[in-house]
Amino acid sequence: MTTSTKSTVTRTDGIGASPRRPDGTAKVRGEFAYSSDLWHEDMLWGATLRSPHPYARITGIDIARALALPGVYAVLTHADVPGVNRYGLEHADQPVLAEDVVRYRGEPVVVVAADHPETARRALERVEVGYEVLDPVTDAESAVAGQGAELHPGGNVVRHVPIRRGDPDAAAEVVVTGRYEVGMQDQAFLGPESGLAVPAEDGGVDLYVATQWLHVDQRQIVAALDLPEDKVRLTLGGVGGAFGGREDLSIQVHACLLALHTGRPVKMVYNREESFYGHVHRHPAVLYYEHGADRDGTLRYVRARIYLDGGAYASSTGAVVGNAATLGVGPYDVPNVSVDCWGAYTNNPPCGAMRGFGAVQAAFAYESQMDRLAAACGLDPVEVRIRNAMAQGTVMPTGQVVDSPAPVEELLRRVRAKPLPPEPSGEPDLRTLPGGVSNTTHGEGVVRGVGYAVGIKNICFSEGFDDYATVRVRLQVVGGEPAATVHTAACEVGQGLVTVLQQIVRSELGVERVTVEPSDTTIGSAGSTSASRQTYVTGGAVREACLRIRDALGALSPAELGDKVLDETVEWRHRPTEELHPETGQGNAHVQYGFAAHRAVVDVDTELGLVKVVALDCAQDVGKAINPQAVLGQIQGGSAQGLGLAVMEEIKTEGGVIRNPSFTDYLIPTVLDMPPMSIDVLELADPHAPYGLRGVGEPPTISSTPAVVAAIRAATGRALTRVPVRPEHITGT
Amino acid sequence: MDFLRPTTLDEALAAKAERPGAVPIAGGTDVMVELNFDHRRPEALLDLTGVGELAEWSRSSGSDGEIRLGAGVPYTRVITELGGRLPGLAMASRTVGSPQIRNRGTVGGNLGSASPAGDTHPVLLVTGARVEVASVRGTRLIPATEFYTGVKRNALAPDELVTAVHLPEATGPQQFAKVGTRNAMVIAVCSFALALDPDRAAARAAIGSAAPTPRRAVAAERFLAEELPWGTPGPLRDSLKRRFGELVAEATEPIDDVRGTAAYRRHALAVLARRTLTWAWNDQQERSPSCA
Repeated sequence: MTTSTKSTVTRTDGIGASPRRPDGTAKVRGEFAYSSDLWHEDMLWGATLRSPHPYARITGIDIARALALPGVYAVLTHADVPGVNRYGLEHADQPVLAEDVVRYRGEPVVVVAADHPETARRALERVEVGYEVLDPVTDAESAVAGQGAELHPGGNVVRHVPIRRGDPDAAAEVVVTGRYEVGMQDQAFLGPESGLAVPAEDGGVDLYVATQWLHVDQRQIVAALDLPEDKVRLTLGGVGGAFGGREDLSIQVHACLLALHTGRPVKMVYNREESFYGHVHRHPAVLYYEHGADRDGTLRYVRARIYLDGGAYASSTGAVVGNAATLGVGPYDVPNVSVDCWGAYTNNPPCGAMRGFGAVQAAFAYESQMDRLAAACGLDPVEVRIRNAMAQGTVMPTGQVVDSPAPVEELLRRVRAKPLPPEPSGEPDLRTLPGGVSNTTHGEGVVRGVGYAVGIKNICFSEGFDDYATVRVRLQVVGGEPAATVHTAACEVGQGLVTVLQQIVRSELGVERVTVEPSDTTIGSAGSTSASRQTYVTGGAVREACLRIRDALGALSPAELGDKVLDETVEWRHRPTEELHPETGQGNAHVQYGFAAHRAVVDVDTELGLVKVVALDCAQDVGKAINPQAVLGQIQGGSAQGLGLAVMEEIKTEGGVIRNPSFTDYLIPTVLDMPPMSIDVLELADPHAPYGLRGVGEPPTISSTPAVVAAIRAATGRALTRVPVRPEHITGT
Repeated sequence: MDFLRPTTLDEALAAKAERPGAVPIAGGTDVMVELNFDHRRPEALLDLTGVGELAEWSRSSGSDGEIRLGAGVPYTRVITELGGRLPGLAMASRTVGSPQIRNRGTVGGNLGSASPAGDTHPVLLVTGARVEVASVRGTRLIPATEFYTGVKRNALAPDELVTAVHLPEATGPQQFAKVGTRNAMVIAVCSFALALDPDRAAARAAIGSAAPTPRRAVAAERFLAEELPWGTPGPLRDSLKRRFGELVAEATEPIDDVRGTAAYRRHALAVLARRTLTWAWNDQQERSPSCA
């Protein structure tokens, strides 16, 4: 791997360095305590009975036989929810436990607590639920058109965002159109949903849980439990990956309900199958695009209609729709834009946040279109992109002027300039071929292809959201040495936030010993570990707190503090954003944009339809690499997740029912699927952001997928308008 | 659920006779998945990992060497210790799961599960393997061709355990290939095995994951026996390879499922048949003295 990270390193453990992460050794040795490892004396085990039907009316629930089972301590239904039996990130539309209707296969109906997980499982088998099965709504496009049952009051459109810029009737010499589909991707985090709820003497409850945003969980839990905020205290458990899939509630309210009902600690852990039912997925999408351009490839207009399937409940569909719409033309300067994006309610599994959040779906379509445009104009795919690349000063389709570096052209030039991998020669190692050690080819039928893509992502929360982080930093002398403590509620989900916060404090205060305390709700919100925002927002808050401590220090050095404790709590905000105009979609809706470009090189077994990605090189601007190694990790991980969507990752549903809820049939890339990467990291400072940094985690997921598919198209000549690409799509059988 | 842990084969057979509902578990790579997904709740598990004699292999003293492969020998050892004598089985073993799974999983377990997607079955069919099964009543050898009786069903009586597999040492080229939608650690969409037996001018071919059970492609085998130009050096005609592929595809009875379509499976098996035949034939050409 090559990198071109430029940074001024003032300390070997501060900003711009890559110190070892405090949780790294324990994780590598298998000794890190994840939330599924939580344990308490006398604890009970919770379990969840889920709807077997995508859409049904509940005609009765009989819990008597379950309650009669020895070892069972509680069997709870919606009638046992003391507060409001509704929760949700944007709209409280989802029941804690179903009342009269179930709207998806896997919806929680009953929860039990028992002295052993096996007893809890057997109790679930003894619950009798009567269902009157209804016709499910399973197609988002027809749901938007008003066909099928109305699943929620007000109809099946969760949100519609129109974007209008310039001339709606613009015409062009060259027109390319396409219809594209994106399948339902899963976050596939390895640590299943889990947590431990411990009832407290004050009538409240302490919940230890793996999540992405403690305070938004707390807000929803107190509403359901009808308790004041100070009675529901959350502490972050060890998180085994998130990628958006832990933004919504899973076990949170259920475990607290059971703990309060039984007066005993209650642990809940989903198994792998239940995990597929227990969290939201990436929205499947159908996208219709029309691009008009001059013969030289200069874009005149883009028109698009995007349908996102939100599934049974809203979750974050509204914000995903906003992203897909506002970023719908990609990182290009387009004078005339008309985009409509809808998010629909259906009886499919609920969909919500996943890395890339609406930008992923749009990018597959607009980048496929750019390749079609290049072909129609007789241009090189990189050339047509460069000709239309946005830059600092470009006006977005929302009217927002891009006011920090937007090096789209530079990123494309960089990935194009990288050396291509050597052509295969001599006796090939099976591991380098499509099919790998499965021994499907020794070179027969294998054709190489190269593809490019570039993408755009908004960083931080958008559309007028009050997006802030609360942080407390203390500095004192401990055992003769200055030591700093950082307390936040921000969630470390594996991305390395704890390390980054330590680095910022070390650089700002010049102290080596920095302890990051456990994240909990005894301090104010830090916002979500989402939208590539934590280094920006919580990092920005830590920096602000450090600056205040430096002011308080005056001329003293930290070692000269004596008995004094400097203690600063800061609530820090990025610059505000605006809501979108409801009819034109105009408004300064986003804080910052992030960009990445990929070049994929693939070998395709054209007879079997199997793919080996040979190279997936990337260039990304990160503004400032606070931790260069963590930046590379994010780019590699994001690129792998995008590769997964390109060639294998899909939750397949039939009539609303998931057909592959296991890692036997939901495949994620292995080391033989993901090539080593050559990565260029640019550091073009954003003057509005702390240290000039730009969110890192999402952009590489976005351009990876269309780059891989473009390369497969180049190798096969197939249109390939759907991801993931399956062998049948390539072989035509 | 009871957990039985015999330390000798006699104890294991006695336990199985007493508790026919006990599910044998070796590496656990199938059984534990079924338990974890709650697809199966047996009254008892019969753990065979304590039975040392199952984890051994030996070679018969005769000149036509035969390997007796204990049911509990993990795939990793098949690859490292028997790759030269049982090349087809080693190739199939390399495609099983991850290194961790290959350290645990066994051919005996593959036979016990009898999944149509089990990786070693096509090889057992083309090598003429016989499955050694035992009970307190005695021991018998079941030809692999008679072992698979239905989807995840086999010829074992309720009191019997798979104790070993008897495989002749390879006398000619063997090939195994498997299609999956990932480049490692993947369950078969379909798989194919081929063994050439130049001494008898015969060939065997078998398919996996493309019918209710693993099965031989008998018409395709007969075609090869009649048409392969055994004594003639040089590459095979494309038309011969194509016809062989067609006959293999005709031997299938695939379904559409979440892993792939029936049409794709037929198509892919024809491709695998052509390719593996080419590799095996070229291998044979290199071995044969006339080409040396």
